[in-house]
Amino acid sequence: MTMAALRRRRKSASMRRSTAAGALLACLAAMVTVGAAFAVEPDEILPDPALEARARAISAELRCLVCQNQSIDDSNAPLARDLRLLVRERLKAGDSDGEVLRFVEDRYGEFVLLRPPLSWHTLLLWIAPVLALIIAVWATARAWRRKQAAAAATPSLAVEPLTSDEEDRLREILAENEGDPPIRD
Amino acid sequence: MVVELGHFALVLALLIAVFQMVVPAYGARTNDDRLMAVGEPAALCQLGLLIVAFLSLTIAYVTSDFSVANVVANSHSTKPLLYRISGVWGNHEGSMVLWVLILALFGAAVAAFGRNLPPTLKANVLAVQASIAVAFMLFILLTSNPFVRIDPPPADGNGLNPILQDPALAFHPPFLYAGYVGFSIAYSFAVAALIEGRIDAAWARWVRPWTLAAWMCLTLGIAMGSWWAYYELGWGGWWFWDPVENASFMPWLAGTALLHSALVMEKRDALKVWTVLLAILTFSLSLMGTFLVRSGILTSVHAFAVDPQRGVFVLAIMTLFTGGGLALYALRARDLRQGGIFAPISREGSLVLNNILLTTACATVFIGTLYPLALESLTGDKISVGPPYFDWTFGPLMVPLLLALPFGPLLAWKRGDVLGAAQRLAFAAMLAMVVMIGTLAVLQRGPWLAPFGIALGVFVMAGAVSDLASRVRLGSVPLGDAARRLVNLPRSAIGTALAHFGVGMLVVGVVATSAYREEKILVMKPGEVVSIAGYDITFRGVAPRTGPNYREEVAVFDAARGGAQVSHLEPSRRIYDMPPEPTTEAGIHPGWRGDLYVVLGDAQTAGGYAVRVYFNPFVRFIWLGAVVMFIAGAFSLSDRRLRVGAPGRARRIVTAPAE
Repeated sequence: MTMAALRRRRKSASMRRSTAAGALLACLAAMVTVGAAFAVEPDEILPDPALEARARAISAELRCLVCQNQSIDDSNAPLARDLRLLVRERLKAGDSDGEVLRFVEDRYGEFVLLRPPLSWHTLLLWIAPVLALIIAVWATARAWRRKQAAAAATPSLAVEPLTSDEEDRLREILAENEGDPPIRD
Repeated sequence: MVVELGHFALVLALLIAVFQMVVPAYGARTNDDRLMAVGEPAALCQLGLLIVAFLSLTIAYVTSDFSVANVVANSHSTKPLLYRISGVWGNHEGSMVLWVLILALFGAAVAAFGRNLPPTLKANVLAVQASIAVAFMLFILLTSNPFVRIDPPPADGNGLNPILQDPALAFHPPFLYAGYVGFSIAYSFAVAALIEGRIDAAWARWVRPWTLAAWMCLTLGIAMGSWWAYYELGWGGWWFWDPVENASFMPWLAGTALLHSALVMEKRDALKVWTVLLAILTFSLSLMGTFLVRSGILTSVHAFAVDPQRGVFVLAIMTLFTGGGLALYALRARDLRQGGIFAPISREGSLVLNNILLTTACATVFIGTLYPLALESLTGDKISVGPPYFDWTFGPLMVPLLLALPFGPLLAWKRGDVLGAAQRLAFAAMLAMVVMIGTLAVLQRGPWLAPFGIALGVFVMAGAVSDLASRVRLGSVPLGDAARRLVNLPRSAIGTALAHFGVGMLVVGVVATSAYREEKILVMKPGEVVSIAGYDITFRGVAPRTGPNYREEVAVFDAARGGAQVSHLEPSRRIYDMPPEPTTEAGIHPGWRGDLYVVLGDAQTAGGYAVRVYFNPFVRFIWLGAVVMFIAGAFSLSDRRLRVGAPGRARRIVTAPAE
């Protein structure tokens, strides 16, 4: 978290890390350290609130290419500002949301999309959660069925319904204990 | 001199750890009591030496000893004392020393408080714990030694990054590490049990308090980091699905599942496979978190390839402990006698569902975090996996979990009654419905799923209250009786309800602030007023000010509601002296309904300042929820039955006649 926030931080120009990664980071941060204090500037905002809302939603889907894991909506890098202005221009020109995203992707590559589109090389990424769920359910069900089978083989462990006599006895015990402190479980 | 003493103590601690790794384990194997018994003093001695090492590094920082390279790189003589101390763990080398110190602390705690542990189990646990310590002390001494001197020493240091000079962040790493490293105990117990080939309910009773303590620390640590990001980074974000955040979130998800599995194992001797695998997995994920953060691989795969020494070392440690644990499990899996039969609809069944969903969620975060790295190193294709991916995959997995959560504690062990539980949750469900419809009717904006999300959070909160109410039979017995029952409830039951209540708070906070955040971005001149969420905020102007080690430009805002002034906000832009870096400090007016959050931007050429004003509804619930979970954990930990070594309270004989 700490380092993440640091890297995200726009002005962390002099992060002291002795690694090459640190040096690279310092370069990136230096590129990013230009004046502005925050992302969307007052002068960028479109007069039409509906169009502006769409622009913001699209901005959240686009990566600031010179930042660490930051959308152009959150970043104050000059490149992010250029992209935000581009998005708004395309919207004013009448593009749909999908068209704007495609326009930016054609120029900057797939890396710019924070939600990778479904394709062969992202197939595993998208089906992984479903796959993981299926595997977990399947493995659990199999283990459970095995255990039931094993328990059925050893009659003493099998879950059997109570006989009516046992039910009566149970009810008596429960009635006796009515009002006691609750049974700890 | 002091620094050399620390260096020497660290080397000595390594030797002691090697001894502790080998001798007690050999003793356990040959059943030699004397050899097994040395684990205990060794663990205490290791802790003592690491305290000396850590303190000597701290002294170097406090006295600003600039002949030490690590102090030069990360400290400055004008820094306030608190940040000179927190600077010790504000860097790679020092934080690893803290890592092994906490590791030794947990090991020594097992040695000191585990008096009634079976001797062979204790010997093996201490040996496994020592093996982790050996790996990490070697890592420190070979690749990241903080005790290295520099000649000639410079006049002053480079200072600590100013955004790290913050009270919440000073304590964020120790809590996070206590969480990460605390799970090593669960791992050591699991491996020790696998070595012995014996694992039972008594084992789970031992593991649970340690896991709970680690989980509490991790919860608080993550929450602190999130809170810090919220007020310090200047745009009110609190979670970014950043790989480094995910690195701490994955052990939390797995650890939460582990906590619940250990509970089932303790009470019902079931879910052994789950418990052992989750114990190994949780600590492995903690190691992976360390690897991701410490190797630099996240910055870029290429940067990692350029300077791979540290990364490869941690990767080797991770492979060794994960692989070793899993291999041992594969060898011994058949010996795990399965006990505790249960029907699918039962308390056990609900906890299995909990485990399935939490581990799937954990796998999703894992794939989302590592997929771009794997793809780039395999094919060279660069893709980004950002928040939209996690919203689409992680979110849907939480819905069934939260829907099922209130049912769990209301179901009986072995065979539960869903309808009965549903009846007892009727009030909670109704309340959730009312809130959902109310949210829809009042706000009429935001994503259409948001009211459902808020209702879900309310359902979980009300469900936790219903759980307690039904346990004390509120409504069916006189109020005094219900109060007496509440006092007599096992503390772990109260802890459960409280923790689940905290989860509900967290959900409400997350959904409300994500969906209904209000924002105004504008240019303001002194005297101008902006309205947001019922507040009228007047910009008074900007003035310079000087702090202990920074200069700042402070903007003054007055917030009023219905004509009456409620708050005075002073967002600022700071420039620190050393290193000369700018930060933005937000002006925040906290409240139950939500936070008013004001950030000062640049002066505009046409006059006035760029200003950002946010209203973040219920945002406090996010961190309060985490704090409630922490308190719930502490409550549960204070339960006599969990207090290891405490004599059980004599079963109270009921003398009073039934009322």
